[in-house]
Amino acid sequence: MYIGTILRALNSLRKGMKMTGYYFTHHKEIVTQQYPENRKEMFIGDRFRGEVVLTHDENNEHRCTGCSACEIACPNGTIRILSKFEIDPETQKKKKAIDQFVYHLGMCTFCNLCIVACPTDAIVMGKDFEHSTYDRKPLTKILNKPDSKLMKGVE
Amino acid sequence: MLYDFSILTSKIHESLLAHCSPFWAMMLEFVIVGTCVIGLCVFLGVSFVYMERKVAAFMQIRLGPNRVGPKGLLQAIADVMKLLLKEGITPQASDKFLFNLAPFIVMIVAMLALAPIPFALGLQMYDINIGIFYISAVSSISVIGILMAGWASNSKYSLLGAMRSGAQIVSYELSAGLSVIIVVALAGSMSLGDIVESQRTGWWIFKGHIPAIIAFVIFIIAGTAELNRAPFDMAEAESELTAGFHTEYTGMRFAMFFLAEYVNMFTVCAIGATLFLGGWMPFHVGHLEGFNHIMDFIPPVIWFFGKTFFLIFVIMWFRWTFPRLRIDQLLTLEWKYLMPVSLVNMILVALIVIMGWHF
Repeated sequence: MYIGTILRALNSLRKGMKMTGYYFTHHKEIVTQQYPENRKEMFIGDRFRGEVVLTHDENNEHRCTGCSACEIACPNGTIRILSKFEIDPETQKKKKAIDQFVYHLGMCTFCNLCIVACPTDAIVMGKDFEHSTYDRKPLTKILNKPDSKLMKGVE
Repeated sequence: MLYDFSILTSKIHESLLAHCSPFWAMMLEFVIVGTCVIGLCVFLGVSFVYMERKVAAFMQIRLGPNRVGPKGLLQAIADVMKLLLKEGITPQASDKFLFNLAPFIVMIVAMLALAPIPFALGLQMYDINIGIFYISAVSSISVIGILMAGWASNSKYSLLGAMRSGAQIVSYELSAGLSVIIVVALAGSMSLGDIVESQRTGWWIFKGHIPAIIAFVIFIIAGTAELNRAPFDMAEAESELTAGFHTEYTGMRFAMFFLAEYVNMFTVCAIGATLFLGGWMPFHVGHLEGFNHIMDFIPPVIWFFGKTFFLIFVIMWFRWTFPRLRIDQLLTLEWKYLMPVSLVNMILVALIVIMGWHF
């Protein structure tokens, strides 16, 4: 009983030391990346949250309908959707569309709630993380590109 | 065969005597030895900091320091420069005399314990005939330095850390002492020179059967605990006591505690290497004359430092593998496990020595 406890304890200690000993001798397991040098081939995980991006396809079309769900979901007012009304050329009806998708990167906590809230999967989290600037003005971004339009069939 | 350092030391002694009176010759020798010890301490501190950080990094699948100098070799020197340039703050409500005295006491004790260690054949500062007893006596004084630092800081963290450290060192001294006694019984001497000499035919860890191996394991565990290193770092306990007894220290006085910890680590490992792994004795196997002859070509200094650094690596391995113990688990381990086991072990060894069963 008493001896058994000691032997079990020694065995568990041996297991732990085997693990760290393996890592000590096998340097290929090292996960550290040499950041400023490896900018080109740097590996960033899929779930990394760098910034909010509004995805555009090759025709300069995005999927944002201007529903403001992300604006409501944001806990600290990072997103502001400025919408406009434009005339649909086919049906001649007035239709709501985004004018400016304003994103205050400086206030964003990267909580991912806006991406979850988006009903049309228009926004995603980008991987770029080098956001430091000398001034806070560049941190207020307009995410929709100039003259971009809503993709057909999203609504 | 092995280079005898006593030729060199006696030569220095002769040449000093030729130029000055015996008193001044002795004084000059003190200065030379002191300089060597301080140099050794600084070298040990710098190299252990680098070694510790690299070992820790590799065990945690990281790279460790690699920016300052090639492979980060100058990182430790940069750290020392930073500590030297920092302001040494003495808290207003502290006991200023004791506060400033404590780091020096801890450091002096760490250096004193180096005195009887045989580094190589003939390279020993003082071959006192109670060498190992002297070391365990002197190293106990470091508790006073730690308690002094904790009390004089006038801070709850420091005091709690110091009290824990005191309880820990006092209790683990017992099993460390008992495992040292096993080798003393086997070798029949307390002088470290004689203990090394008794291992000419084989190291005690091989010659002393299983009790010597048990004693070695207990010595390493108790030594780690006496050094206040993780998994026994109740004295520092970053998560609950910020830094334990040296919470309030800054700059070079903090560095003194740090250096003393590393020098103590060297001392404990050097004693472990001397008692169980044959000190500077090369590795010899029975009657394999050719093999033994090749082993003799490796200088004793390299044997000694190789064994010591191996033990230091093992202690670092402990630190970066095992989780920290609670204070009650710590005392349970000592009083319920290590202490009875080493008492039984001691009786076994006494039997072995009386019956002459060891080689």
